Amino acid sequence: MRRVVPVILATLGVLALLATFHTTPASVTRVAVRAPAAPPAASAPPPPTSPDSSATTPPTIRTVDGPIVSNRFGDVEVQVKTQGGRLIDAQAVQLPEDRERSALISQYAGPKLRAEALRAQSASIDIVSGATYTSDSYAQSLQAALDQAGIH
Amino acid sequence: MWGTAVSVDVRDGVGAASLEAVFDWFQRVDDLFSTWRADTEISRIARGELRLEAASPEVRVVLALCEEVRRESNGAFDITFGAHERVPPHPGFGPIDPSGLVKGWAVERAADQLRAAGAKNFSITAGGDVVVRGCPDGESGWRVGIQHPWERDRVAAVLGVVDLAVATSGRYERGDHVFDPRTGLPARGLSAVTVIGTDLALADAYATAALALGNQGMSWLADLPGIEALGITDDRVVVTTPGFGDYRIA
Repeated sequence: MRRVVPVILATLGVLALLATFHTTPASVTRVAVRAPAAPPAASAPPPPTSPDSSATTPPTIRTVDGPIVSNRFGDVEVQVKTQGGRLIDAQAVQLPEDRERSALISQYAGPKLRAEALRAQSASIDIVSGATYTSDSYAQSLQAALDQAGIH
Repeated sequence: MWGTAVSVDVRDGVGAASLEAVFDWFQRVDDLFSTWRADTEISRIARGELRLEAASPEVRVVLALCEEVRRESNGAFDITFGAHERVPPHPGFGPIDPSGLVKGWAVERAADQLRAAGAKNFSITAGGDVVVRGCPDGESGWRVGIQHPWERDRVAAVLGVVDLAVATSGRYERGDHVFDPRTGLPARGLSAVTVIGTDLALADAYATAALALGNQGMSWLADLPGIEALGITDDRVVVTTPGFGDYRIA
């Protein structure tokens, strides 16, 4: 599980800005300036001092859902909370299906092994390593296509 | 050849005779080891008609290697799996079946033969077991695609390798016809395993053993020295040994 955290946090840093920009454009500059000093995940407690701290009613907290962004562990949505135009909290909220997926993947990882989601790729290759046991499956295989393309 | 295809890709000049010799070699291996024909040495040994001591040197070498891997894998690789009472009869399953090692071994020997004939840059593959030597012209390695188990025209990963062996065993082609020799039950957990090593005979056998070991297969491979591996689980997770990334280019 530890492996997943840096990826999500890194995504979060960018997303917090994106999400804020999307909803409250006026506050973007201020958030952007503060963001490097305190990572979004560490900013969970609301700032104790705000310009309105002398007032009896603190500014209302707004909760905004950010865009859904894909990373290698699945889709992530970021939820940000703002108060008086300031970012006070940001959390990665994974979609239920992908949360299951990430949990599954992290079960396979450990001190001896790495784990990731299976992806289907199209890439330029010279040879295929795959389980082709019958001539039928060979005929339909990538290796057959490569053999035909080759000038042997 | 063994119901599968052999591809030889030589990128520098060797005579046609050297290539012919390689295919003659594969024919000889088939004549000795095929479990699909009754007249091969392996079938005759299985029927008790040929004593091991009287068999060809190639057969004795291969069976000795199989025994080594059986011990190393605590029985997860076992050429007598077909004789297990729970394993249903199936075409091509012999009571002695070294198929999980012999294909890789044959390709490795073919590579030695081509190299002795003067070839420096070539690849040989038989049924997904690959040996590469040298490099294609102007490249830094051979790009070996690992077949995606469920999408025939796609790959799950790409390796850049020089002078190495890559073996893949998968259940996606044979369905439930991969058995755990220790229990006689169909293997579960891993759909495909790719092993990178310096010797294709061992890489092939290790991939077969890991498939039978199922959920324990990848951690067993991770403890083997000089071996890196990628496994694709039945629930579509890619599991790799830590050093596998050194060979991966996509």
